[in-house]
Amino acid sequence: MVDDNKHTQPVQDEAEDATVVDTATDMSDTSAAVTAAAGGDVGRPLVSDRVRQAATYVAWAVGALIVLAMVLAFLGVDAGWPTEVGFSMLDAAVDPQTAAVAVAVIGLNIHFGYTGLLNFGQAGFMLLGAYGFAISISEGVPLVFAILIGFAASGLFAVVLGVPTLKLRGDYLAIVTISAAEIVRYVGRAGSPAVVSERTGGPQGIEGQEFRGPINDLSFLGTGDFSIGSLDYIQTGANSWWVRLVAWCIVLLCALVVFLLVRSPWGRLLRGVREDEDAIRSLGKNVFAIKMQALVLGGMFGALAGMLYILPASLVPDSMGRTLTFYIWTALLLGGAATVFGPVLGAILFFVVRILVTGIADNTVPDSVLNTQQAGQFGWIVIGVSLMLLVIFRPQGVLGDKRELRFNV
Amino acid sequence: MSETATGSPNLADKAARVALMSGVAPEPGVAKPDPILSVDNIVRRFGGITAVDVGHLEVQRGIITALIGPNGAGKTTFFNLVTGFDRPSSGRAASWTFDGRSLSRTSASRVARAGMVRTFQLTKALNRMTVLDNMLLGAPGQTGERLLTSWLKPTWASQEREIRDKALSLLERFKLLEKRDDFAGSLSGGQRKLLEMARALMTDPTMIMLDEPMAGVNPALTQSLLGHIESLRDDGMTVLFVEHDMHVVRHISDWVVVMAEGKVVAEGTAESVMSQEAVIDAYLGAHHDTDLGDDSLLEDENFAAIEAEADQESESRA
Repeated sequence: MVDDNKHTQPVQDEAEDATVVDTATDMSDTSAAVTAAAGGDVGRPLVSDRVRQAATYVAWAVGALIVLAMVLAFLGVDAGWPTEVGFSMLDAAVDPQTAAVAVAVIGLNIHFGYTGLLNFGQAGFMLLGAYGFAISISEGVPLVFAILIGFAASGLFAVVLGVPTLKLRGDYLAIVTISAAEIVRYVGRAGSPAVVSERTGGPQGIEGQEFRGPINDLSFLGTGDFSIGSLDYIQTGANSWWVRLVAWCIVLLCALVVFLLVRSPWGRLLRGVREDEDAIRSLGKNVFAIKMQALVLGGMFGALAGMLYILPASLVPDSMGRTLTFYIWTALLLGGAATVFGPVLGAILFFVVRILVTGIADNTVPDSVLNTQQAGQFGWIVIGVSLMLLVIFRPQGVLGDKRELRFNV
Repeated sequence: MSETATGSPNLADKAARVALMSGVAPEPGVAKPDPILSVDNIVRRFGGITAVDVGHLEVQRGIITALIGPNGAGKTTFFNLVTGFDRPSSGRAASWTFDGRSLSRTSASRVARAGMVRTFQLTKALNRMTVLDNMLLGAPGQTGERLLTSWLKPTWASQEREIRDKALSLLERFKLLEKRDDFAGSLSGGQRKLLEMARALMTDPTMIMLDEPMAGVNPALTQSLLGHIESLRDDGMTVLFVEHDMHVVRHISDWVVVMAEGKVVAEGTAESVMSQEAVIDAYLGAHHDTDLGDDSLLEDENFAAIEAEADQESESRA
């Protein structure tokens, strides 16, 4: 946090600010703030307004395309490969694993978006929650207690990581979380000792039928197939309407909880800690306790996400590694940190846009140039590049308040 | 303690403050009639350098005390130590009491809760929050800041209204009311200083410690900042502030403490301190009688003349 009032006169500052606000258009605020802070000439943003305008149009066009393709697919209009791609997008948008990632992103949003904690091990929190839940169920623990054990495992993990690092600078938490998450995954997938591997199932993990039973027993839906539009799944079972219903209801519930928390003085305190810990300390608040609360709470959202993530499939430790952590981060930045619905939108967009890019690349570029497998890899490249562009040109994400990221980040 | 016997004097009255402090001898570490802060044996070393080594210092309640000294005298380090933002180096047992309570070995947040609140040399406005949110954060003991009750709005809504009213009236006093919904990062440097001071007042402090409140503030705003600091004292608060501007120090301080090389070298009223030999040597150099706020001192030819004079003086002393 650099204070620039040392080298710019306050009076000048005000005058400049006024002109900047006048000339800056909607999206050029960040760059305009940069030029203002440097005291340089106003009105020379990083990218010309015309490029910005064009980028905005492209974004809207992509959005419209996604919606159109999904509607066509939903109605069952057969228009060749666009419908197929549209259907894949629709399927991904309602997928329970997308919902699980959304919950994980909501947790990371409490860490990073509101409190400024750099947690690079959210997948580790998920994995611990999933193990706690799945192992408990397969050992015959009742459902409610199994869920609580999943939460407890993750919460304990957060405390263990937080105690030594939360008094240090933020970077240390990042280092510790990324390595601790890897430790959890490696212990889980280890073939020995037998005490561990018998329960975690080693690299193969735990089969879905070992832990899915109690959840599906709660289902009030029937057993056969059921279709809404072109979406057709079984009503109760592994990849069913029931799991989708549970998963998305939990997403909404989590968003509600976050909404209630961040509008309160506690949420204000979190943002205060994000801005400047020492200032908060000087006002008599216990910063360590606040950060610990945020870390544990966000970690518990992670645990819940882990339980949801394994419900439609099985628990495979390698599916919850660093890659998943970085998906979660991308979704958070895409949707908009420090917003209530940003994480949900970000998670959906993250999966849907990749399918769109892959689908278009696969179906329009000849196989001799880009075969199906390469198109898939191309989709990831586009995701990576767009993440970079996003962080540079629209750090507030799709839903973020642009003012919140305007000042010296 | 003869002063307390006569009943507490009204310290908003200048004559009363002069009378109160006139009985105190102008020497380092002298006892005050009614000290609010008392510091003993506080030492801080950075490697081989002793940044702060204060044997004994008392700060009188209800007046404005200025802490001055040349660059590197250890003023800010001393501030950090007393407010719990830094810890004394081990060695002689450091101890300090505030308002009759021991504060040695406690955290910064405990110090603030005890009623001693500070501001920072580099202003710490919470840039990406609104001015009003900055203020609301200052209020102590908020029910809504407890995680378990925070999601239930009825548990904190009425308290929030009270805090909000208090914040708005403080913002009005500091002329920031129109800015209440702007992000703090959009304020000018001087306005941020005002905001930080107003936010500190939200904690209802008994003593306020200002670290260079005038740094980077334009002259027009300096005047109003000075007025605010004096009004804090008139409200019964104790003020301790670090400052470089001698005009400011002479203008508002009732007592001046001079630090040099980590030690308290002199104490007294502004006039008496500036004539003390130790202060002249350590801080004011050969030009204690010239106006340090005088811009002409910074012009080259004057500077060269002063330098020559200083050389001459040091030779004659040798």
